[in-house]
Amino acid sequence: MSLWEYANPKKFMQTSGWLLPIFAVSSAVMLTVGLVWGFFFTADDYRQGSTVKIIFLHVPAALMAINAWFMMLVTSLIWLIRRHHVSALAAKAAAPIGMVMTLIALVTGAVWGQPMWGTWWAWDPRLTSFLILFLFYLGYIAMWASVENPDTAADLTSVLCLVGSVFAVLSRYAVNFWNQGLHQGATFSVDRETNIHSSYYLPAYLCMAGFVALFIALVLLRTRTEIRKRRLQALLVRERLA
Amino acid sequence: MKSLKKTRRIQVIAVAAVALAVSTALIGYALQDGINFFRSPSEITAEAPPETEVFRLGGLVSEGSLVRGQGETITFSVTDGGATVPVEYTGVLPDLFEENQGMIGTGRYINGVFQASEILAKHDETYVPREVIEALEAQGVYRNPTDAAGGGAATN
Repeated sequence: MSLWEYANPKKFMQTSGWLLPIFAVSSAVMLTVGLVWGFFFTADDYRQGSTVKIIFLHVPAALMAINAWFMMLVTSLIWLIRRHHVSALAAKAAAPIGMVMTLIALVTGAVWGQPMWGTWWAWDPRLTSFLILFLFYLGYIAMWASVENPDTAADLTSVLCLVGSVFAVLSRYAVNFWNQGLHQGATFSVDRETNIHSSYYLPAYLCMAGFVALFIALVLLRTRTEIRKRRLQALLVRERLA
Repeated sequence: MKSLKKTRRIQVIAVAAVALAVSTALIGYALQDGINFFRSPSEITAEAPPETEVFRLGGLVSEGSLVRGQGETITFSVTDGGATVPVEYTGVLPDLFEENQGMIGTGRYINGVFQASEILAKHDETYVPREVIEALEAQGVYRNPTDAAGGGAATN
C-alpha cells in the first residue's frame, strides 16, 4: 500500500466513489447544526452585539480559501515532480471552489466591517493580500481554460500556483508581519489559547469542520468529473482514428 | 518542465521557491511603510508630517479625553502608550468607537492637531457573550483586556 496507488485513475475513482457520500453527508449535517446553532442559539457579543455571528461564515470561508490554495500547491508540485495526471486534475478541480470561498470571505468581511470598523473596505495588508489571492484564483482558472494542450496547461498553472502561494501565506500571516493594520489578529489558532468564549467556539469549530468536509466532497466530485471528461476525450479521439 | 529529468525538476522548483520567498521578504521589508496601514502617535510626534500630507493615524482613544463639542465636532486624543496626539473630527463615529479602544483616522496633522476626515474603529480578536461579561464584572473577576494589555491592544 502506498499513497501513489491513488494516482491511478481507476483506483482513485473506486475510492473516491465511496468517500464522496460520506463527506457530503457529514458536511451537510455539520453545517446545518453549526450554522443554526451559531445564528440562533448563541448570545450577543459584549461589544459587537449580534454582528459577531458573521464569524460562523467568515472564518470558515477564509480558512478554506487559503487552505484550498495550499492544497492546489501540493497537488501542483506532485504533478510537476511525479507527473500524475489525477494530481493535476485535482488542482484544477479545486480552483473554482477556492475562488467561491474567497468571494464569500470577502463579502462577509465587508458586511462585518461596515457596522464595526465603519467601512466596507480598507487597504489593510491582510485585506489587500486576500483580494490579490482572489485575483490569482481568477487568473489560475483563466489559464487552465486558455491553454489547449492539457499537459502544458497543467505545467503553466502549477507555476502560477507556486507564485500565488505568496499571497495565500500573506493572507494568513500579514497581521503578524505588519502589525499596524485594521484587521484583528487570529482568533482561532492551534498553538495558543483562544480569546473566544466557549459558547462561540463550539459552533464555530463545527462550521469549520463542515466547510472542510464540504470542500473535500466538492473537490472529489469535481475531480471525478475531470477524469471522466479526459476519458471521454480519449474515447472520441480513438473513434476518430478508427 | 517535461523535458527535464525528475531530480532536475525538483532542483528547479526548490530554487524557484527560495527565490520567491527571498524576493517577497525584500519587497515586504522595503515597502514596510507603504504596507503598514497607519502610523502611531510616537511616529507622528517624532517626525511631524507636512501639513499637506494625508495619512492614517492609529492608536487607543485616551481615557477621559473624548469631548463631544458643539454641532458634530468631536475632539479626543490618541495614544500608543508613548506619545499622545489630539484629534479633531466632524462626522458620525462608528458604533465600536469608545474610550480605551483602538481607532484609525484618516486626515492631516496641522499645528499639532490631527484633523480627521474619516474615523474607523478597530476591534481585537476577543469575542465574549454580553451576559458572561456582566456576570464576571458583578463578581469583580473581569478585567478589561485593553487595560491589561495597555497600548499593545491597538496593534493586534
